[in-house]
Amino acid sequence: MSELKLYEVFIRAKSGLNHRHVGSLHASDAEMALLNARDVYTRRKEGVSIWVVEADKITASNPKQEHEWFDPAEDKVYRHPTFYPLDKEVENM
Amino acid sequence: MNQTVTVSEQALYQYLLRLADSSLTMGQRLAEWCGHGPYLEEDVALTNVSLDAIGHAQMFYQQAAALTSNEKSADDLAFLRDAHEYRNPIITELPRGDFAYTTLKQYFIDAFNLYLFTGLQNSNNETLALSARKALMEVKYHLKRSEAWVERLALSTETAQLKIQKALDDLWFYTPELFEVDEDMQGLINAAVIPDYDEIKQNWRQLVEKHLNACELKLPESGWVATGGLAGEHSEHLGYLLAEMQFLPRAYPGCEW
Repeated sequence: MSELKLYEVFIRAKSGLNHRHVGSLHASDAEMALLNARDVYTRRKEGVSIWVVEADKITASNPKQEHEWFDPAEDKVYRHPTFYPLDKEVENM
Repeated sequence: MNQTVTVSEQALYQYLLRLADSSLTMGQRLAEWCGHGPYLEEDVALTNVSLDAIGHAQMFYQQAAALTSNEKSADDLAFLRDAHEYRNPIITELPRGDFAYTTLKQYFIDAFNLYLFTGLQNSNNETLALSARKALMEVKYHLKRSEAWVERLALSTETAQLKIQKALDDLWFYTPELFEVDEDMQGLINAAVIPDYDEIKQNWRQLVEKHLNACELKLPESGWVATGGLAGEHSEHLGYLLAEMQFLPRAYPGCEW
């Protein structure tokens, strides 16, 4: 058990969509992580493709810096493309 | 003419039971891992394979039931036959043992199923060919899993090596029974209903021996060679397995849950 590593699992629900993080699991190596991910996360037909990444290999932002990193974006409405008139044909943008 | 048809239908019925009983006993043994897997992810995986196997059994029981004249159901065949009427090879009824034992047992059976179902896809019995095609997809995955686990256990710690080598010593001589053919089966082979078992055996040995060799495992030189399942002669383990599996439908006939 101590030999097992933690892997993060990403599933593509159907072709054309992005892989989305769905959870994590333990495995001895990447190949076994892929097999376990198939059994744990796609047994109800949740996906068509799986990525696994060793959790240690992910570089993450520091939760303690959440406010200083992300709050400044709050009042910068001009960063949203909401001030352009759009043609009707691209209404889903 | 009429008689020939009856005989071959009986042979097909018995053969479908062999397929179904093999999958069901294997599925039941794997289900025993539920809540006992070495870790959560593997627990889920083992019972997934178990459910796949029980699904295969259901397909073959339904086909067998359709051949009976007294309207037996798939459930009747699974739950109301005694050990001497079961047709599985002894290897599928063996107790689950430790994880190395289960892994190697699965590997042997998965590799066998790969070639068996590949051959059965070409059966001139269309229903059987379709069932085989459906089962084969899952079997390929089962084999990938058990093959990977054998390698990981064999080439890791000393304890794991000892356990998987011990499993090989204990299990190897249960494998020849997988390829046994009786007179009825020979008839089905000649009629192209089922594949040639000699060919399955050759392919199996080639695949398995190469993998075991790469995993630095040694085949035992001699041992008691299991036989009898095809004729309904089983190990003592099957009785206990059936007692547990069949208790409910026998104690409460027609019970639904």
